[in-house]
Amino acid sequence: MRSRAAAVLLAALATAFAWLLLRAESQGAIAALIALAVLAGFALLRTRLLDAFTRAALRDERLAQWLAFAAVAVLALLLPEDDFSLLLLTRVLIVIVACLGLNVQLGYAGVVNFAGASFFGVGGYTAAVLSRATGLPHLLLLLAGGVTAALAGTVLLLPILRTRGHYAALITIAFALLFRTFLEVNDSLGGPQGLKLPELRIGPIRFNDPVAAGPLEGSFYLKYVVLALLVLAFFFAVVQRLERSWIGLALDAVRIDETAAATFGLDIARWKIAAFVIGNFVIGVAGALSAFMIGFIAPNNYSFAESLILVSILLLGGVGNPWGLSLAAAIVILLPEKLQIIQEYRFLMFASMVVLILLFRPAGLVPRPMRRLPGTPR
Amino acid sequence: MPAEVIAQYAMNGAMLGMMYALVAVGFTLFFGVLDVIQFSHGDVVAAGAFAGLAAWTLLTSAGVTSPGLLLLAVIGSAALVTAALGALVARFIVLPVKSAPQLNVLLVTLMGGTVLRECIRLFYPGGSQPKLFPALLPATGWSFGTFLLRFDNVILLVSGALLIAATHLLITRTRLGLAIRAVAQDEETARTMGIDFRKVVLVTFALGSVLAAFAGVMDGLYYNEVFFGMGLLLGVIGFAAAVLGGLGNLYGAIVGGFLFAALQTIGAVALPFASAYKDVFAFGVVIILMAIRPTGLIGERASERV
Repeated sequence: MRSRAAAVLLAALATAFAWLLLRAESQGAIAALIALAVLAGFALLRTRLLDAFTRAALRDERLAQWLAFAAVAVLALLLPEDDFSLLLLTRVLIVIVACLGLNVQLGYAGVVNFAGASFFGVGGYTAAVLSRATGLPHLLLLLAGGVTAALAGTVLLLPILRTRGHYAALITIAFALLFRTFLEVNDSLGGPQGLKLPELRIGPIRFNDPVAAGPLEGSFYLKYVVLALLVLAFFFAVVQRLERSWIGLALDAVRIDETAAATFGLDIARWKIAAFVIGNFVIGVAGALSAFMIGFIAPNNYSFAESLILVSILLLGGVGNPWGLSLAAAIVILLPEKLQIIQEYRFLMFASMVVLILLFRPAGLVPRPMRRLPGTPR
Repeated sequence: MPAEVIAQYAMNGAMLGMMYALVAVGFTLFFGVLDVIQFSHGDVVAAGAFAGLAAWTLLTSAGVTSPGLLLLAVIGSAALVTAALGALVARFIVLPVKSAPQLNVLLVTLMGGTVLRECIRLFYPGGSQPKLFPALLPATGWSFGTFLLRFDNVILLVSGALLIAATHLLITRTRLGLAIRAVAQDEETARTMGIDFRKVVLVTFALGSVLAAFAGVMDGLYYNEVFFGMGLLLGVIGFAAAVLGGLGNLYGAIVGGFLFAALQTIGAVALPFASAYKDVFAFGVVIILMAIRPTGLIGERASERV
């Protein structure tokens, strides 16, 4: 009972805070809100209350999922006219989806991927090219983005399987740089200017028209929030079930000790391939969705620096914990957009933040909880 | 293709190769002593170039005009600043996370490098724009037909080679070098033999960073321009070169550096399609080479310890 109360309280507080932050206009108010959050967060960290609180809130995970779902929906309904806030909200949701894919690779199987933004870009460019050239239904194009990203990743499979550690990291870094340069010099993909996408349509719904459903009127971004939320809910559930299943167990074993996993009969290569392909698929779908929402893509959005941001979100939140990376994604996306004063200093602040986290709390803000196998006491 | 053009390309490639090799030697030294990748190395290179530029600006505004003195000041201040930065990075960023997973070390140094890069951009006067780097070496040279072998390029190449040779001698012939090699081979044993582990690590990081300073100044003199973001690509290429050669191997780093420069040059000259694809080609070949030789061309000699 107390854990449920904790979960509801946490969700309500988070929603209220997000609402205040998104609504706040003056820089002073935003700075005060953020300072409040930093102080509260620091106090919670020091007193170890954060760990206890999140553990209690996540004890009934189904409830937590519904609460999070409801919180985003309520947040969107509270801001029906506010284009910018809704856009930010959608971006956070999409980035969380991309990080979920990265989490399968890095968090579970331990396959490093410093080219996350590149696969995100593969998804986006697939959606752009196919929607311009063909009349395929757009919902299918979201899937196509994921499939192409997964296929593009297979190019790297052989080198990744043969190498380890730094050597594997280098391969994905080289791919990220290669991909960005390729986009810039390739004229048929729009070169540095990029490509425009048509309006997203799913069935009769046109996503760029304002919402007018009965009493509810509001920005067209509301539709994107709904779509992104559905996609996120789907992948969140899939990734969590993956982790709970024997697949997740196998992936964990491969990450923690390859030799030991191999002695127990696990096929290392197969599991690494599975994780890499699944992860890239999820990242690609997120990329396609993001391209449709923004309506325009360019190589600058898919640079190595963006890949680093994705990996940093994972580390900041806690590798392997979908809840942690959701929190981190919200911080990383919202903070610089809302606090204009630090806009200029955002990379500096953000990089310092990650350095400090890695030095003093390497498991991240919300560390991944220990796996509880059936039959073990709580 | 006429011989002059080939000579010109070969010279460009050699200059690039020397810069990459200098950066790669740093990576390989750090990996040798600590088994970590110090990814802020590229940004230390940029910091070196900017420190040199700052020294030049200060001295010329104080009325110093002698090019020899200025050059000495530029290299000296670049070396001092990078040595200090290298040691600081080792002390406060790398050593504390030494035993953490490899990925964390890579990321923490990468982010440390971002901090450094952003500091240059935000706090160096006019640092967000590319800055003109003074030409301190004679721009004349010997001409062979249409090909001009410039003195400044020759001086840079020779001094780069001498620097690497000096590093090699330091490592193989001196007491300090012996200590570095001992730590590289086995930290525990080195400690029990009375080697001050921490001091050796700091000195190695300072040493590798001084090489980086030279690469940064060389880059500035060669292109007559420095840019706050120059370290990122230079760092990645230096890392690629070190890995391509085989981490922890001095010769491997040199081979890797020149190989990468050769790939870029070949990509720019010989590819049937646009030369704009030269980096795509170079990184593509790196990926393929890694697939064929997973621990570099001159492989790491360590066997799997279970």
